[in-house]
Amino acid sequence: MTSQTHAMLDEASTVLLTPGGLDLAALDDGLGHAMGPGIDYADLYFQRSWHEGWVLEDGEVKEASYNIDGGVGVRAQAGEKTGFAYSNQITGDALAETGRTAAGIVRRGDRLAVAPGVAMTSQARYAGIDPLTGLSAEDKIAMLKLADRVARAADPSVTQVSASLTGVHEVVLVRASDGTLAADIRPLVRFNVSVIAVRNGRRERGSAGGGGRYAMQRLRDENVAERYAKEAVRQALVNLEAVDAPAGQMPVVLGPGWPGILLHEAVGHGLEGDFNRKGSSAFAGRIGERVASPGVTVVDDATLADRRGSLSVDDEGTPGQSTTLIEDGILTGYMQDKVNARLMGMAPTGNARRESFAHLPMPRMTNTYMRAGSDDPADILKSVTRGIYAVSFGGGQVDITSGKFVFSASEAYLIEDGRITAPVKGATLIGNGPEAMGRVSMIGHDMELDTGIGVCGKEGQGVPVGVGQPTLKLDELTVGGTQS
Amino acid sequence: MTQAFDAAAQQTLLESRARMAVELARRLGADACEVGGSVDQGVSVSVREGEVETVELSRDQGIAVTVYVGQRKGSASSSDAGEASVRAVVEKALAIARHTGEDPASGLADARLMATELPDLDVHHPWPLSIDEATDLALRCESAGRGMAGIKSSDGASLSTGEGVRVYANSHGFLGSQSGSRHSLSCMLIAEDENGMQRDYDYTSARAPRDLATAEAVGESAARRTLQRLGARRPATGRMPVLFDSTLASGLVGHLMGAIAGGALYRQASFLCERLNDALFPEWFSLGERPMEVGAMASSPFDGDGVQTRDNVFIRDGRLASYMLSAYSARRLGLETTGNAGGARNLRLTAPLESREALLARMGRGVLVTELMGQGVNGVTGDYSRGAAGFWVEEGRIQHPVEEFTIAGNLETMFKGLIGIGDDIDTRGSIHTGSWLVDEMMVAGG
Repeated sequence: MTSQTHAMLDEASTVLLTPGGLDLAALDDGLGHAMGPGIDYADLYFQRSWHEGWVLEDGEVKEASYNIDGGVGVRAQAGEKTGFAYSNQITGDALAETGRTAAGIVRRGDRLAVAPGVAMTSQARYAGIDPLTGLSAEDKIAMLKLADRVARAADPSVTQVSASLTGVHEVVLVRASDGTLAADIRPLVRFNVSVIAVRNGRRERGSAGGGGRYAMQRLRDENVAERYAKEAVRQALVNLEAVDAPAGQMPVVLGPGWPGILLHEAVGHGLEGDFNRKGSSAFAGRIGERVASPGVTVVDDATLADRRGSLSVDDEGTPGQSTTLIEDGILTGYMQDKVNARLMGMAPTGNARRESFAHLPMPRMTNTYMRAGSDDPADILKSVTRGIYAVSFGGGQVDITSGKFVFSASEAYLIEDGRITAPVKGATLIGNGPEAMGRVSMIGHDMELDTGIGVCGKEGQGVPVGVGQPTLKLDELTVGGTQS
Repeated sequence: MTQAFDAAAQQTLLESRARMAVELARRLGADACEVGGSVDQGVSVSVREGEVETVELSRDQGIAVTVYVGQRKGSASSSDAGEASVRAVVEKALAIARHTGEDPASGLADARLMATELPDLDVHHPWPLSIDEATDLALRCESAGRGMAGIKSSDGASLSTGEGVRVYANSHGFLGSQSGSRHSLSCMLIAEDENGMQRDYDYTSARAPRDLATAEAVGESAARRTLQRLGARRPATGRMPVLFDSTLASGLVGHLMGAIAGGALYRQASFLCERLNDALFPEWFSLGERPMEVGAMASSPFDGDGVQTRDNVFIRDGRLASYMLSAYSARRLGLETTGNAGGARNLRLTAPLESREALLARMGRGVLVTELMGQGVNGVTGDYSRGAAGFWVEEGRIQHPVEEFTIAGNLETMFKGLIGIGDDIDTRGSIHTGSWLVDEMMVAGG
């Protein structure tokens, strides 16, 4: 056990267990309740989180909120069956009651022993700190007011500015019947600016933001208030000039960074272990097959330092790792949690995530991105006679069974004769994941990760994620504009 | 349910914690205070391919406190409504109010608006269901769907039942409580042909178990919906009428309500700013809310400010008759609250209704949309562009399923272009409406 792992466990134990009169040794008994007859795996997930949010509107920070959340989730499994219960009390009595409830899915069978806890050694991918304490309330308010001043000064058409600063300090501890014992302290911060610009009776919004798993001071040191304020205004001004988007099939060039949400939707969800175990994904049973153009390599990487989607250990206590999902166009792997990995005869990949102790873990993405290719982004644009260049998106959705995905551009342009011309509004892109990946014809050398704004929703659970990609050309995609 | 839930006892406890929070906040220096609290409990059983997959027991509680010191505001909340936690939350909210800026519009709603008529709206109908009974219902539902010819596999069926209590109190002395229940049963199935797999689902949801559709009806309907999607093609690109199925038309009502919500208006983040009394819809169309409807999904005698709810009319004879305002957003706009803190309750429309056949006949050639994907709705401009799936209609009749296309337009044009409403009212949510026929949108397909 490294001293760092030891320190993390000690701190998590002090925060999570001590107030309810528990300690690490007491967890064996607690887990024993969930290891009822016929249960072959059980785990306890302890969590406490402190969430702080400051919001500026009309030049003033009028709203701020603070939320304290926490409790323990107890899961018991027998084959493919899962029993789950949780409590917001972390006490011996609560462990006994929730454990017995979770184990109630099976009434008969052998009672298996709980393996002794062995502290999981994992490399920290971010500092185990409380990100909320580094800046004073005055400092936080000053950052928000700076964003307001910068945005208003940037252009006279800016009529509304809202800015927010949020941070979460989260402490988790996992103890499972297979001997897993792991703790993690996860900071997460974010700064956002949104503006409304009005000109000639037309009204448009622009927004920008970012963050990661680090202290709030870093947001100030990196001067995000000014940068995101200017970026939000720039986007709103572009949209004020935007013309209606064309409709129909055409080549689409995606800019680097956040447009990687395409990969997240078109490929990522379809490669999550649960959908593939159930055979409900369009990618099920296709490992070793070509699912994308040559040159397309997609990875899910929890190990990137300080990124929004990174995890030192996942929510089952498995160390975060980098998993190659598609290599040079060939499907090489799925993202797994323990259950789906076991049922599919594969290894867990550190992708088990849950929104909170009150939710069951599932295989989820961390930071998902496409590796750089060799094309010059300028050449990619030059190769298009008539098409769309999309650089920012509002969000997307996928039907993993049919493979259909949709995403909506928040900043996009027409490409005419190899040149970027007018900005377009209301462009929605729709396609089929495996088909679209086969239409990638050029890959830029400019891989970028997003600024740290993604929230992924699955079965009602939201978790922070990262995406990224280089400039990318898809030979044909359907653009859902209003102009024929 | 395996865990007993004593709603009356939980209500008494929550009310005492809410009173305690208000008193404590006043004692510690708040000029005004409001508290929301809730306790919910439920069971959810999921089955797949004839076997139990998950059994989840949920028990959530929460308390949220907002304090006002002069015109400054601070909020804090916790997932633990215990006494120690309530104290910590009040102290934290007060600490925050020392830092926030003065807001002339902040504060409680006027005391004279507090709800005084607090009838029992009959929305609490617990379902004393054992895990085995819940499992049996989910299995019956799935089995009815899997049994239909052409269904390849199941993505699962799930039964959820839950009940809870919520309380709102403020320093005017107002205290309102309401207990409620919600039960649902859903089923998702997969079918496959040479073109690939298709998936669809159906569900039933109600306050009272007696109002749910039968397990078999839900499973069979999910199977029919899934099978209908096989053989889907891409529609032609062009301008044509679009019929939004009733399950989606409630979303269009939702976009309208989002655009006339006070928060969007005072932020100028709506395409319907300063449009009161304008004709937005055809004159045969009216829309209002019925917050006191007995047994309905969103019934409540008081809103999120403690204000008495009322039967608002938002669209009267096609014209925008009222915005949807809370005490705060009303002050920001120089208007009076409409009792809509927390949103609209039980939206109902008044319009001549037509059969599906009549609407298809009027449409002639176009698309019937039964699924929408993505978030392509811009509330600031009204621009609308979303992924869709559904059916191709020609000569007034459904021809074949269609998928992988987008429909695009602008909400304002779509509202004005509403030319018919179906009699197939979807009553499962808090917005009740039939299908909407919109005269023309841009369809982008193959």
